[in-house]
Amino acid sequence: MSANAQAKGPNPAFYALLVALIVMSAGPIVLMLATSLKLNVEIMSDTSSLIFMPTMQNYETALCDMLWYEPEHVRYCDPTFGRALVNSLIVATVSTILTLVIGCMAAYSLVRFRFMGRDVVSLTTLMTRMVPPAVLLVPVFGIWTFQYGIDGTRMGIILIYVAMNLPFVIWILQSFIVQVPIQLEEAARMDGAGPFQTFFLVVLPLIKPGLAAAAIFTFRVAWNEFLLGNALADRNSRTVPVTIVNSLTEYDIDWGVIMATGMLLAVPPIIFTFVASRQIITGMTAGAVKG
Amino acid sequence: MQTANVNRLTPYLFLAPAVIVLAVALLYPIGYMIWASFLNWNPSQRIGEAEFVGLRNYMFLLQDGAFRESFFVTIRFAVIVVVLEMCLGVGLAFLLDRKLRGMTVLRTIFILPMMIAPIVVGLMWRYMYHPSVGIFNRTLKSLGLDPVPWLSNGDWAFASIVIADIWQWTPFIFILSLAALQSLPSSAMEAARIDGATGWRLIWHIKLPLMMPVLIVTALLRMIDAFKVLEVILVMTNGGPGLSTEILALRISRTASEFRELGTAAAMSNLLLLLLMLLTLAMFAYTKITEARAARLRARAEKDS
Repeated sequence: MSANAQAKGPNPAFYALLVALIVMSAGPIVLMLATSLKLNVEIMSDTSSLIFMPTMQNYETALCDMLWYEPEHVRYCDPTFGRALVNSLIVATVSTILTLVIGCMAAYSLVRFRFMGRDVVSLTTLMTRMVPPAVLLVPVFGIWTFQYGIDGTRMGIILIYVAMNLPFVIWILQSFIVQVPIQLEEAARMDGAGPFQTFFLVVLPLIKPGLAAAAIFTFRVAWNEFLLGNALADRNSRTVPVTIVNSLTEYDIDWGVIMATGMLLAVPPIIFTFVASRQIITGMTAGAVKG
Repeated sequence: MQTANVNRLTPYLFLAPAVIVLAVALLYPIGYMIWASFLNWNPSQRIGEAEFVGLRNYMFLLQDGAFRESFFVTIRFAVIVVVLEMCLGVGLAFLLDRKLRGMTVLRTIFILPMMIAPIVVGLMWRYMYHPSVGIFNRTLKSLGLDPVPWLSNGDWAFASIVIADIWQWTPFIFILSLAALQSLPSSAMEAARIDGATGWRLIWHIKLPLMMPVLIVTALLRMIDAFKVLEVILVMTNGGPGLSTEILALRISRTASEFRELGTAAAMSNLLLLLLMLLTLAMFAYTKITEARAARLRARAEKDS
C-alpha cells in the first residue's frame, strides 16, 4: 500500500474494523446499562436480547433511601447507598481540590526554581508514583488507627487519596508549566507582582488544560478506589465502591440492582470521558511521550 | 536584604504543603511498613506491643508455597497481558493510522474502560462470564456448543482475567502508540519514502525503531500498572478457584484482613514495592539514556551542518 493509496478515500475494511472495535469496547458497558433496566425475570429468562421494556425499578431499589416516595416493589430498603453516594462525592471532590492546589504549587516550585533539595523532592515524587494501594494497606491502617486517630472518618480517606494522587499530579503539571513562556512571569514581576500573585494570576490560567487533565485523573482515582477506602471507612463513611463490594455475595446476586448501582458509580467517569476526552488523552500521552 | 530572604524561601513555601502531605501520608507509612515487616503483629495490637521477630516473616514467605504460587501468578499475569496488549495496541495503531472520520469516536469510546471504576469493570465481566445468564455461555448455548467454565476452572479463570484486562487496557497502548506514530518526524518519513521504503518495510525498518523509546516506556508503564491490578480480579474471582488468580496484591489484602498477620502482609508489600521500584528505575534510566542519545545525535547533526 503506497502513500497515495492512503490519501485516497476511506476503505470499507477500515470502517468495518473501526465499528467492530467500537462495539467491542462499548459492548460490555451497554450490556450493563441494559441489564440495569431489566427485571430479574427478564435477566434470567432465556430470551435475552436488547428488546425489552425498560424499568427503573432497580434504580429505585438502589436509591430507595434517597427517594421522596416509597416504591411498591421495594420490600426492604437498605439505607446505605444514598449515604455512600454522598460520602463518595465529598471524598472525591475535596481530595481533588486539595491535590490540585497542593500539586500545582509544588510543580511550579520544581520547574521554576533551583534550590537545595530540589533533586531529592523530584526523585521522591517520581518514585512514589508507582506505590500501589495494596502496599499502603497495612501501614495506613496501622497509622490511621493507632497514631493519627482518623480511621473511619472521611478526612482520613481524603488524606490518603491526596497523598496517592500528588506524585502523579505534580509530575504531569510540571510538563505543562515548562511550556509557559518565562517572559510572561518576568513581565508580571516587573509590574510588581509577588511570586504567589505571579503564580496564581499568570501561570495558573495558562495551564488550564493541564489542570483539567490532572483533575479528571485525580477525581477518577478517588471516586473509584476501593481497597484503602474499605480498610479505613466505618459504616458512616463508606464510599460507593465499598458498599458495592460488600453487597456482593457468592451466589444469588441480584444482577439488576447490582448493575444499577454499578451504572450510578460509572456515570461521572462516563460524563468526563465524553466532555473532556481530549484532555484525558493529553494527560495519558504526556506520561509516555514526554517521559 | 529582606527581599533576598523571601526569594530564597519562595520555592520552599510553594513546596511545603506537598512535602508535608507526602511525608505524613506516604513516606512515613512506607517506612512504617518496612519496620512492621520485622514484627509479629496482629490488627488488635498497637505496633509497639508487637513482638520483634527479625527476618522470620521473610523466611516464612520463602518457604510458603501459597506465596510462591501467587508471586508466579502475578508475574505470569503481568507478562502475558503486557505482551498481548502491546501486540494488539501497536498493531491497531498501524492499521488505523489514517484520517478516518470515526477516529474521534473510537478514541473517546476507547477511554471508557479505563475511566470506569475497576470494581464496575469486574462486575460487568463477572456478569458476562456467569455460567447461565452470562452472554458468553448463552451465545455458546444458542450455537449448540458446550458451556465454558469461565470462572470456575483454574486455567479458564486465569484466561478470563487476562481477557478482561486486555479489554480494559489495550486502548491505553493504542492511544499512546498512535500518538507516537503520528508525531514521527515527517522529514524521516519523507526520506524513507524517497528511498522507496513502503508497506511492511517502512513499518519494520523505519517507523518501529523510531517509535521504540515511546513503546518501551509505554510497556513499562503498563507493566507497573499490571502489578497493581486488584479490584477487577477481586470482584471477578476473589483469587479463586484455588489460588489460580490470586495475584500478590490480593494475597496481601487477604493476609492482612483474613489471616490477620500484618507482619507477613507488610513483608509481602515490601517485596512487591521492591519489584515495582526496580521497574520504575528501569524506566527512568531508559528515558535518561534515550534523551542523552538524542541530544548527542542532535549535537552531531548541528556540527555537520
